[in-house]
Amino acid sequence: MRHLLDTSDLSREEAELVLDVTQQMADAVTGREVPKLPALRGRTVVNLFYEDSTRTRTSFETAAKRLSADVVNFAAKTSSVNKGESLRDTALTLQAMGADAVVIRHPAAGAPQRLTEWLDGAVLNAGDGTHAHPTQALLDAYTMRRRLGGVEGRTVAIVGDILHSRVARSNVWLLSKLGANVRLVGPPTLLPKDIDGWPVEIGYDLDASLKGADAVMMLRVQRERQNAAFFPTANEYARLYGLDERRLALLPDHAIVMHPGPMNRGMEIAATVADSPRATITEQVTNGVWVRMAVLYLLLTNGETR
Amino acid sequence: MTDTLIKGADLLGRGRADVLIRDGRIAETGSLSAPGARVVDADGLVLLPGLVDLHTHLREPGREDAETVYTGTRAAAKGGYTAVCAMANSYPVADTAGVVEQVAALGRAAGYADVQPIGAVSVGLEGKRLAEIGAMAHSAAAVRMFSDDGHCVWDPVLMRRALEYVKTFGGLVAQHAEEPRLTEGAQMNEGAVSAELGLPGWPAVAEEAIIARDVLLAEYTGARVHFCHVSTARSVDIIREAKARGANVTAEVCPHHLLLTDESARTYDPVYKVNPPLRRDADVAVLRAALAEGVIDAVATDHAPHAPQDKDCEWAAARPGMLGLETALSISVLALGGPTEVDWDLLAERTSRTPARIAGLDAHGRDPEPGAEANLTLVDPAASWTVVPADLASLSRNTPYAGMTLPVTVQATFLRGRATVLNGTIAEEIQ
Repeated sequence: MRHLLDTSDLSREEAELVLDVTQQMADAVTGREVPKLPALRGRTVVNLFYEDSTRTRTSFETAAKRLSADVVNFAAKTSSVNKGESLRDTALTLQAMGADAVVIRHPAAGAPQRLTEWLDGAVLNAGDGTHAHPTQALLDAYTMRRRLGGVEGRTVAIVGDILHSRVARSNVWLLSKLGANVRLVGPPTLLPKDIDGWPVEIGYDLDASLKGADAVMMLRVQRERQNAAFFPTANEYARLYGLDERRLALLPDHAIVMHPGPMNRGMEIAATVADSPRATITEQVTNGVWVRMAVLYLLLTNGETR
Repeated sequence: MTDTLIKGADLLGRGRADVLIRDGRIAETGSLSAPGARVVDADGLVLLPGLVDLHTHLREPGREDAETVYTGTRAAAKGGYTAVCAMANSYPVADTAGVVEQVAALGRAAGYADVQPIGAVSVGLEGKRLAEIGAMAHSAAAVRMFSDDGHCVWDPVLMRRALEYVKTFGGLVAQHAEEPRLTEGAQMNEGAVSAELGLPGWPAVAEEAIIARDVLLAEYTGARVHFCHVSTARSVDIIREAKARGANVTAEVCPHHLLLTDESARTYDPVYKVNPPLRRDADVAVLRAALAEGVIDAVATDHAPHAPQDKDCEWAAARPGMLGLETALSISVLALGGPTEVDWDLLAERTSRTPARIAGLDAHGRDPEPGAEANLTLVDPAASWTVVPADLASLSRNTPYAGMTLPVTVQATFLRGRATVLNGTIAEEIQ
């Protein structure tokens, strides 16, 4: 593993390894007085963020720091990017500064892949356009492992704006690879065209799709999409595709409710559901740090010093 | 000017003959000897009418960092072309007599290929007010073809008026068929690959809807419409049906749509970003068949040079378009069956005679017969070549065929009897 661009690039063995190392990271750090490992001492990790995402950036920063790496935050808004520096020139600059790994969040799909052509260091995709968000999918799989005892054979419903969701795409490839049954649920306007070949079931009826699901993953839906006719109104969307208490009751008792955040309470998820003990939302955030530690560790050490 | 004797060429696959060029025209064909003439040994080579491109972006005026009329027409000559139609989306836009005359004059000064300017349909390509089409038609550049290429003439009223207006001088509108609302933010063909890549899709129906509408407008007004860069199977169906009814429509296809597919986008390398986008395998197959059959009338390059910074970036930030002039002949041969199977006469029909007729370039697209202007291309059907971007004559490097080995090389190109290319090399002094 030289870069992590998407979960579709991972073999099942590699994905399982990441999840195993994630567990080791959690075990090694949890409960320690100083929650830090020396594994990446002297290495430089650059967070190159072209989109505002305090959550993801902070998670990567925390992960890198717990591995004792030096972290440089290169926020595109406060850098020369605003003056029109190209991605390539930024990459060459980071290369010249000796970045060992670049964590990139970018509004353009494929930007991380382009970066690998200009950089020697590892590139870690922290979300590119509507393409991929591999560490989110890995932390979701890890959360299922912890809460459901595994991913193989479990049924996962991913609900909402699949079309614009990098989280949904990366989860489809990863969860299906790990043996889960994946259901995609949403209005046809928010499902990509020509996805008959995806390893998923497609449904338009949320009630029906919740039956027998072990996990339901609610995606953030931007209210503004109503202006582009993706759905008539936010209210109608919430009625048809929001997870409320009535729908929560349709799920098996052991089923968990996931959300990658940030949530639109009252839109795709009711506040009471978001705060219910079956929701794993804050746990996902915690697991995100372990997963990102595991990925940084594996990319920067090839697992050699473990 | 010294006479030129092309010795032993196969004339459009019809048989071997010698061709004597005198004073820019073909003097004789047959078994000839011409003392004092420069002899071009054409043993094993095929002689074609010089290629004519209906769709070239020469970038001058305005983007001389990407291409100039000089470099673009040298690339054209290298690719076997003797005439190119220069699209109107320059800076300033070719929407006045002044700009089209300037482009034509630059072409004459360069001397590598005839440059026929295409005029804009609307002022600034903005799709709001008609450009001074009559002034351009009656200018020294004698513009016959009008296009807002890069933009669709979307407004049905403007399209109707443009079609009616160009009838006065036998003109035509070349439509870039793209329903703009259906392609807002579009980055690549909408389909299975765009779904995976998360790149906003450019649906086939956005092209087909406009072609269907403009077929109806052409029939209603009795005017001529030419469809630029047709890229989908369903577009071919619509055009076939229109022609069967006798509608006055013609269509072109680009070499890249005859060879490449949306699978290329998986690299996220914007060298594959083009408008209309690369489509599916099934579209490629239908387009090839339609070109052979004649539903698609012509191959046109949509040669679109771009400076490195406009391609060396994220896919979404890149400008659409790819080079075409130097590779079009090879790919047309591939699409029509390959170098041993291709019908050279059919190839000449689609790459030279028909495009010359559509553009109204009477001196071009003429078979090598006595009296015709000597606008000719001599190709080696047995040779192949590997595309090396740095070796291209174009000022830009954005070819999607880098590293590919393609059939057929251009050995010589003659523009009114003068060799613009000889022995596969661009003539530095045209004589």
